[in-house]
Amino acid sequence: MSLRPATKRFLPSPRILTTSLNTTHHSPRHHKQSIRWSSVSQAPGSDRVHFPGAVNSKFTPTLSFTNPSTLPAMPTYRTIDADGLLIDSSRPPISVPDDIVLKMYTDMLTVSILDPIMYQAQRQGRLSFYMVSSGEEGIAVGSASALTASDVVFAQYREAGVFQARGFSLDDFMNQLFANRLDVGRGRNMPVHYGSKSLNMHTISSPLATQIPQAAGAAYALKLQHLQNPESVERACVACYFGEGAASEGDFHAALNMAATRACPVVFVCRNNGYAISTPTLEQYRGDGIASRGVGYGIHTIRVDGNDVFAVREVMQRARELALEGDMQPVLVEAMSYRVSHHSTSDDSSKYRPSGEVEAWKRRDNPITRLRKWMENKGLWSAEKEEQAQKEIKNAVMAAFNKAEKEKRPELRAMFEDVYEEVTEEQEEQIEQLKDVIRRYPGEYDVEQFEGGLEGLDKARSR
Amino acid sequence: MNLSRPTQTLLHTTRPRVLPISLSRAYATAPKAARLNVPTDFSTTPLLHHTSTSALAQSELPAPLKRSSKTTRLALHEAVNSALRHALATDERVLVFGEDIAFGGVFRCSAGLATEYGTARVFNTPLTEQGIAGFAIGVAAQGLKPVAEIQFADYVYPAFDQLVNEAAKMRYRAGKTGMGCGGLVVRMPCGGVGHGALYHTQSPESLFTHIPGLRVVIPRSPFQAKGLLLAAIACNDPVIFMEPKILYRAAREEVPVEAYELPLSVAEVLKPGTSCTVISYGTPLYTASAAIKAIEAEMDDVSIELIDLRTIYPWDRKTILDSVNKTGRAVVVHESMVNAGVGAEVAATIQEKCFLKLEAPVQRVAGWTTHTGLAYEKFTLPDVVRIYDAIKASLKY
Repeated sequence: MSLRPATKRFLPSPRILTTSLNTTHHSPRHHKQSIRWSSVSQAPGSDRVHFPGAVNSKFTPTLSFTNPSTLPAMPTYRTIDADGLLIDSSRPPISVPDDIVLKMYTDMLTVSILDPIMYQAQRQGRLSFYMVSSGEEGIAVGSASALTASDVVFAQYREAGVFQARGFSLDDFMNQLFANRLDVGRGRNMPVHYGSKSLNMHTISSPLATQIPQAAGAAYALKLQHLQNPESVERACVACYFGEGAASEGDFHAALNMAATRACPVVFVCRNNGYAISTPTLEQYRGDGIASRGVGYGIHTIRVDGNDVFAVREVMQRARELALEGDMQPVLVEAMSYRVSHHSTSDDSSKYRPSGEVEAWKRRDNPITRLRKWMENKGLWSAEKEEQAQKEIKNAVMAAFNKAEKEKRPELRAMFEDVYEEVTEEQEEQIEQLKDVIRRYPGEYDVEQFEGGLEGLDKARSR
Repeated sequence: MNLSRPTQTLLHTTRPRVLPISLSRAYATAPKAARLNVPTDFSTTPLLHHTSTSALAQSELPAPLKRSSKTTRLALHEAVNSALRHALATDERVLVFGEDIAFGGVFRCSAGLATEYGTARVFNTPLTEQGIAGFAIGVAAQGLKPVAEIQFADYVYPAFDQLVNEAAKMRYRAGKTGMGCGGLVVRMPCGGVGHGALYHTQSPESLFTHIPGLRVVIPRSPFQAKGLLLAAIACNDPVIFMEPKILYRAAREEVPVEAYELPLSVAEVLKPGTSCTVISYGTPLYTASAAIKAIEAEMDDVSIELIDLRTIYPWDRKTILDSVNKTGRAVVVHESMVNAGVGAEVAATIQEKCFLKLEAPVQRVAGWTTHTGLAYEKFTLPDVVRIYDAIKASLKY
């Protein structure tokens, strides 16, 4: 894609539209373009009509609907099995450096330790809400390990592992979860809606799938910034995460189509964990998962075993390369897993699925134990190291927990700021009205848990 | 949507440009006996700058530009084009995209831009409003300045979730990280055009004025369209920029050749007065101006103040309240339905802040609470008669 030329083809040239075969007066660029238009009339003996909407479709005398159920399901790529052993002994061995393997493992372990602690904290009423990632740590951590720091991430909400892998600290997690004064989100979002500018991760929002077209747009921006300043701006891509349920939203369709037509360097990562709250995939779609749809949009697509962190990492590395090579393009990765946990702390999944199914999945396969077995087979890990790591992480989580829980809430004025770049005249008046009400009904409001108390509403104290 | 789109495109893009203004609203010929409800004569209306001197005298223009700029006579769509052209030429972060904009747009607002600035920055999107809005938010989130077009305001609803839940809240939820989509502008043609019926007539501004985080701007003229659009592009808040499509070709005036910005959230007093304040924005300002002219011609010692809101939200409350505190009477006029419309907000604020000065109930002249059926538009949208009648009722109360 060049920035300036190649624009004339968009002009509604009557020459092109009238399907004239006489194209000698066209420039080469026009010539190429006009073939497509001029071929609306079929050449004698041609085996196809060049309908502009499907230029490579051949005629067939056979009336036959394409029946998706007769097509083979797309295969699921994996490298190691549930025992941590290479599936294909003829392939080169897993060549991920030890320090990266250990980081991936501890990242997954950290999330798996953080989750139950925060889940319990919510159960005790110390936290308003929580969502665990259990069973899906491999997708998040494996894919994040293939990204560079300048790649941009849009997440749904079950990607704590991506945040962990990119450097979101336990304090960052806790400050957000407790909506305290140190939370960069200024106490505005529900728990688990993390965001970080320094880590290039856009703030999570609750509406499902809205981040998918945004990711396409952000990817286009990255591409344009690189094209405009190739010396100073490196090629970078966007990784966009969402569940298989979110893929039913119109935004998914809009995004993949836009990303394909505008050649955006974005890797769409679908976490297909079998459920959208209570809805099983059989009620979510009837096609071959999400992956089969990528093909329809003209997007490179692959399905991967989400419990195999090496496979996820390898797929993501290759997807990233594909997204960034040449004129750039989107890639779709469908990562298969099973949502071992409840949907959230507001959900009891035993109401809609047999607990035996969950137990079976817990026993059968898990990205953390699978990697642990591989590491043990290689002599990289042991029961002692495991015990030590668990203890250290648990202590660190509890330390961050206790610290964050004690912090005050942000200043009250933060409830009005950042709506517009400046607080508006109307908002200033409302701040005064709120102050006045609190002053006259002092027993009705607990302002002391907010930094600065009532004065926290004042302009001077802001930021 | 698909059915009506090509028809509408045809209606607008093939209408002969040289048609005399008096005939350009042939669908809206006035009844023979009409004294008030006659078509606006845009060549004489006091709301447009008919001379270069008048345009350059506009107080909000920067002084050097007043001294040195030349002006050129532009239609509203050309003024939009001029603003986009300037933005693209001076800031490589600016992108322009939407449905059918590469060939110039169905209203010609983006004519020539793809040729000049390349298809990487000026391009067609697939036909998906939620996709356009979401994509634009993502582009803005990475620090660029997208100017996205929704082909008709009537089709913005698929993008409503993206605009309300995402664009409006992005900076707020990102907090101290400073992330957001402030560079975003979403343009859309709006308002009645005489024959747009249900889906080529709507003015959904009040749906957006209910959303903190969005700025909503509606220009009434080419001069404003250029200055306000450039201000919207420069603004670091997401802006919904609604362009009255009936004015795209009808409203022509002298517009400075150079770039300039008009302030957002500042109303403009178009005509000072002491007896009553008429508040409006966009197309109905012309109708209101005609109604005021008729009343002032027949009533002695009556002068009506006419105010153009320009930015519908966050709106310039002070200018409106100062005016009503002076006149004691207010009439709010807009095309969209009266129920929960912009008029409700303006009237309630006036009632709250000017209670002791009010000498008559605040009147709202707006679309009736129905849809814009094809054959009934002239009876639905506020016309000169209804505004005239409301001002009179207010004066005589």
